[in-house]
Amino acid sequence: MSGIVGHLGGPAQGPRGEATNEAPWVRFLLIAVALAFLGLVLVLPLAVVFGSAFAKGLGPFFEALSDSYTFSAIKLTLLVAAVAVPTNLVFGLGAAWLLAKYKFWGRSVLITLIDLPFSVSPVISGLIFVLLFGAHGWFGPALAAQDIKVIFAVPGIVLATCFITFPIVAREVLAVMEAQGSDEEEAALTLGASGWQILTRITLPNIKWGVLYGVILCNARAMGEFGAVSVVSGHIRGETNTMPLHVEILYNEYNFVGAFAVSSLLALLALFTLLLKKGLELLSQRAPKSEPLPTPVETIVAETPVTQVITS
Amino acid sequence: MLKKSGVLPGFGLTLGYTVTYLGLLVLLPLSALFIKTSGLDLDGFVSAVTSERALAAYKLTFTASLGAAAVNAFFGLIVAWVLVRYSFPGRSICDGLVDLPFALPTAVAGIALTTVYAQSGAVGQYLEPLGIKVAFSELGVMTALTFIGIPFVVRTVQPVLEELDNDVEEAAAVLGAGRWYTFRRVIFPAVLPALLTGFALAFARALGEYGSVVFISGNMPLKTEIVPLLIVTKLEQYDYAGATALATVMLTASFLVLFAVNLLQRWARRSVLS
Repeated sequence: MSGIVGHLGGPAQGPRGEATNEAPWVRFLLIAVALAFLGLVLVLPLAVVFGSAFAKGLGPFFEALSDSYTFSAIKLTLLVAAVAVPTNLVFGLGAAWLLAKYKFWGRSVLITLIDLPFSVSPVISGLIFVLLFGAHGWFGPALAAQDIKVIFAVPGIVLATCFITFPIVAREVLAVMEAQGSDEEEAALTLGASGWQILTRITLPNIKWGVLYGVILCNARAMGEFGAVSVVSGHIRGETNTMPLHVEILYNEYNFVGAFAVSSLLALLALFTLLLKKGLELLSQRAPKSEPLPTPVETIVAETPVTQVITS
Repeated sequence: MLKKSGVLPGFGLTLGYTVTYLGLLVLLPLSALFIKTSGLDLDGFVSAVTSERALAAYKLTFTASLGAAAVNAFFGLIVAWVLVRYSFPGRSICDGLVDLPFALPTAVAGIALTTVYAQSGAVGQYLEPLGIKVAFSELGVMTALTFIGIPFVVRTVQPVLEELDNDVEEAAAVLGAGRWYTFRRVIFPAVLPALLTGFALAFARALGEYGSVVFISGNMPLKTEIVPLLIVTKLEQYDYAGATALATVMLTASFLVLFAVNLLQRWARRSVLS
């Protein structure tokens, strides 16, 4: 159980002397406050998801999941993620290669622009695609003439999801690529390797865990996106309802078991993502050049001078 | 002319690809918002963004976001402190769970928080007799925004606390400072820039939040309606001009907050270096 006790994210500090440690009652109080806060705001809601899903036993739970609308929501969610994640993976690898391997004029502006979707409200992320492709949008009439539907249809959902998850893989891969450095790639180049050989034989094997975590996190966000998708989807049951939108509909119909049953699948996906992060950190710590895997929050923070200066 | 340093192949290819994809997926749609706004007539824009309902929504969104960021700053500092400095059973689990708001879909968080804090809920039933109403009130909005902001403060403060030199604290102790005095005069000033950054990031995230709030807020116009919800309402009424105008105001606000974060960090760097 050492994994439970040890702190994987960063080095745990050794035992402190009495002079630089707090009195036992202060320590106890602070731990109690922290646990109470996390318990009330994080753990309890998570427990309620599973508690409410099984509130009436296994039967209603599986009944809710085998509903045909639920089934088509799951199918659509998987489809959206199957398009959004690979597209963002390819972009993420390209952008990270560009930003990690070269220094050029405008590099920091480019990073800021890539981060933009992080700071745009999900609702606005949906709205901008309505402005482009909606009935009164820039391309709306032209698309309507061709009988192509983007808004209130699957393409709009895919576009909004791609936008929301746009920075995730790029940020994750950039962080591990920068930590890795370019020495091995440059050595390969002098030995006559081609760009493709360098990428597939040197770079990718070195950063595979970071890439995998970026993909899993991007996938969790793509499957769970609500606000942006809600604006562009039109909420047509069986057609443009993703899992989170289906949760909303079931909940508003007071079908709580159904809403929480679908939610429990999404919550499991979230827990799996967190667990995988811990696991991959453990794996990459065994590798010679170990870097803890940052979350997007951590990468944004690491990019900024505060922690860089203080931690260096 | 772009100048690059770096000998590896692929610069032109990755630059072209990155810029094209960024331009098509992010910059073009975002510019559509601003161009559409500039096409609105001024009177319509002003009346859309200063209507009574919009003003009430700004007020709620900003105060609840500020409140949630403040709660996160206080408890987030304690959580980060406890995770870095003390060992207790379940510490690693707590550390992992801090990222939960990042991975859990906001709609799921929304209905779960509503269930917990509703009148009959696990926590709500104890608050109700005390006259505290969380779900379907401003307090509920703040609770949801607190949930989604947790990782920001903890993850900004944690690395700074981890790297803090023990020598300084020992020196303070040798010179006769008590722990509380050392915390106030030595530790807190070192953590403050990171804490403020986390606070601002949590605030910026809260401004735009939609999914977790709509379930717990009750969505009463003028009372518990946040700006993103008002934008959605306007869209559902096919009031595209009104929705676009409000979106421009909110987007400008979040860009200003992020600009403030940058200034904050520049200030922090100077204060650390000097």
